Amino acid sequence: MNIAGIELDLQLVWFILVGVLLTGYAVLDGFDLGVGVLQLFAKKDEHRRLFLNAIGPVWDGNEVWLVTGGGALFAAFPEAYATVFSGFYLPFMLLLCALIFRAVAIEFRSKEPWPWWRQMWDVLFALGSTLSAFLIGVAMGNIVRGIPLDADHEFTGTLLGLLNPYALFMGVTVVLLFAMHGAIYLVMKTDGELHDIVRGWVPTIIGLFLAAYILFNFYTLIALPHVYDSVRARPWILLAIAAAVLVILNIPREFHRKRDFNAFLSSCIGMALMMAAFGLTYFPNMVFSNPLPENSLTIVNAASSPKTLGIMLVIALIGIPIVLTYTTCIYYIFRGKTKLTSHSY
Amino acid sequence: MFHYIYPPLSIGLGVALVLMEGLWLKTGNIRFHNMAKFWTKVFALTFAIGVATGIVMEFEFGTNWATYSRFVGDIFGSALAAEGIFAFFLESGFLAILLFGWNKVGPRLHFFATCMVALGAHFSAVWIVVANSWMQTPAGYHLERMVDGKPVILAQDHAVVPADLGSVRAVVDNFWAMVFNPSSIDRLTHVVLGAWMAGAFLVVSISAFYLLRRRHVDFAQASLKVGLAFATVATLLQMFSGDLTAVGVSKNQPVKLAAIEGLYETQPYAPLGLVGWVDPKTEVTHALQVPGLLSFLTYHDAAKPVTGLKDLPPDRFILRHHPDATSDELPVLRRSYWPNVPVVFQTYHLMVAVGSALFGLVAIACFFWWRGWLFRTDWLPTRLLLWACVFSVLGPQIANQAGWFTAEMGRQPWIVYELLKTSQAFSKVVTANQILTSLLLFAGVYLLLFVLFVYLLTRKIQHGPDETDHSHEMPESWKAVLRADDQEART
Repeated sequence: MNIAGIELDLQLVWFILVGVLLTGYAVLDGFDLGVGVLQLFAKKDEHRRLFLNAIGPVWDGNEVWLVTGGGALFAAFPEAYATVFSGFYLPFMLLLCALIFRAVAIEFRSKEPWPWWRQMWDVLFALGSTLSAFLIGVAMGNIVRGIPLDADHEFTGTLLGLLNPYALFMGVTVVLLFAMHGAIYLVMKTDGELHDIVRGWVPTIIGLFLAAYILFNFYTLIALPHVYDSVRARPWILLAIAAAVLVILNIPREFHRKRDFNAFLSSCIGMALMMAAFGLTYFPNMVFSNPLPENSLTIVNAASSPKTLGIMLVIALIGIPIVLTYTTCIYYIFRGKTKLTSHSY
Repeated sequence: MFHYIYPPLSIGLGVALVLMEGLWLKTGNIRFHNMAKFWTKVFALTFAIGVATGIVMEFEFGTNWATYSRFVGDIFGSALAAEGIFAFFLESGFLAILLFGWNKVGPRLHFFATCMVALGAHFSAVWIVVANSWMQTPAGYHLERMVDGKPVILAQDHAVVPADLGSVRAVVDNFWAMVFNPSSIDRLTHVVLGAWMAGAFLVVSISAFYLLRRRHVDFAQASLKVGLAFATVATLLQMFSGDLTAVGVSKNQPVKLAAIEGLYETQPYAPLGLVGWVDPKTEVTHALQVPGLLSFLTYHDAAKPVTGLKDLPPDRFILRHHPDATSDELPVLRRSYWPNVPVVFQTYHLMVAVGSALFGLVAIACFFWWRGWLFRTDWLPTRLLLWACVFSVLGPQIANQAGWFTAEMGRQPWIVYELLKTSQAFSKVVTANQILTSLLLFAGVYLLLFVLFVYLLTRKIQHGPDETDHSHEMPESWKAVLRADDQEART
């Protein structure tokens, strides 16, 4: 597409746009999945209700980022969409189940006062959230590691092949990341006793996450030669990772100065930097084929026609600013500490 | 299938909520405020399950229909992505204000949010029906084959063979022709009206139940009026839309029309079956028929012949797909391009019968309303009518499901009409075992969800609307709406 004399690489633009949508998903749904991971650590019913109501008005809007990210991937890179989702069939079905259960758990938990009923939905909410975070991590791990593809770009591996130690380790890292992000969000949204309790968890979770993340990066460089090569070719990946670690380390400092919102912002920026580093390691591949790299799906051979990419860009340029505007307004309306009222879960 | 219980309810209830809240703002009557609040809770329940099951639909194309996704991703994907950006964000974003914004934002902003949620629900219907209509009547595209990484455009009448899959794909060349393909407007109207009916009859049903039980009578009378007015409008419009849709089908998909009417022989004065069955062995339709009505409805001329299945699809179409077929083979091959006639005949007639019954019901109910008999709950005819209203909630659900079934089954063996066969569209790498596992898994999950949904809806209905006057707890901006009412009452 040629706009004002500048040749625009639509495939590159769409790679970035899909990345932005999925980063939006990670940053937003990340904190409400994280709250789910932490749900069982809160002991009192009132505290658990506060957890749910802290994410109450926004969680389903956050989940839409996944749906739209998936839709954008379908529209812009149908080959990649078809390969990934048919290849990761069972893990994906499990992820969908987990997402369903956590969604209805939020909705149903407070409909009855019985302790067993609430405990049941709490467990489902926590399990569903943790499993979702874990499976998202496993899928990302496999994307970096590469999956076996044939010449028609069809997946030729097995389920056990997807559950390799590397991907599983990334799964755990993502669970810790979301738990950290969720805890920081909760500190911002709660006050009084619960605020202090959650605040007390933060240093441990940050420590655990950073240890896992740094270990994970060394693991990647040692175990995956193709990533090692791409890092050598693009040293700024290391810069992004280092910046992410520094931003995360900034969080305790912000808390110390009682700037809870800044702490949350730091966490968001940290996650965005990690996603950028993640995308850069495999660009221009969409789905890296391992062991036969020549069968990889790239942003060129997986893309839709330029015409579709152009139409979609127009749709995105109209739609995304509107979405961002009202999403910001809604977050603004529901700012401040969560209080339980008659409309609460 | 299961998913389609909820979105129509969300769409229809969304409109009902807009009506109720609009009435509250206009009249300042606290009754409408409480009414909107009660129905919001019902709405929240249907919405949550609609979203949860909808996510599955979004990814199912990739997981189970990978070949299809590769083939049409260029076209179909953009409609889905547009649905995400324009519809889902709008719906779920403003839902936050609708559910949690009572007394937190001003009444006008809250009303605006309600409108946006309803609008978002309609947008999602628009894009998904556009995408589905494109599968019924593809337009605005061409086929191209990748040769050494370069696309080569194929002839308009290229017949896709299995060997093409992987290298041939459909590419958009006119976005608006794709969006406004020959069937999208008819089908969109039909689907949206069906959704309105689902929402309207839910309101009618629960209100009638309260009246019969003599609970929340004030609330129920007002709710029933709103619901019934809405149901009447939707049902009336649906009659016209149904006719338009059928005419569209006869033009665009003659095989489907012949199949749903069980019409084997081409004939003038083609009859319209009311009830009956199709014997696929002898290829005879036994039904109570009105002669000439089908010809009349299709062409507005009873004498005009309607083409039957034995001439559909036409010979040249079959020869295009099977260039070496002899004339003896044609009738056999032709049958492989028919949908399952007995099944679509029944689903179609079920939809029409239920639709007509609902039409009859609202006609009688409106007559009772006009005569002032509607709320005489100690009078037998009124009680019978109200009981019919209670069960009417099932009507639109049955008709909607039967309608989708007819539309989708009537298109078989094609997934994209006359372009790609369903049997070619599966994911190649997903084994039958995996599909079975996931099918059982989701059948279980969905069943569980449905049971929970019904249970919680029943609880909600038993609990009923909140009738105590909470107006003293309202913030000033909400009270301002109330005061207008007081002033009106005083004058």
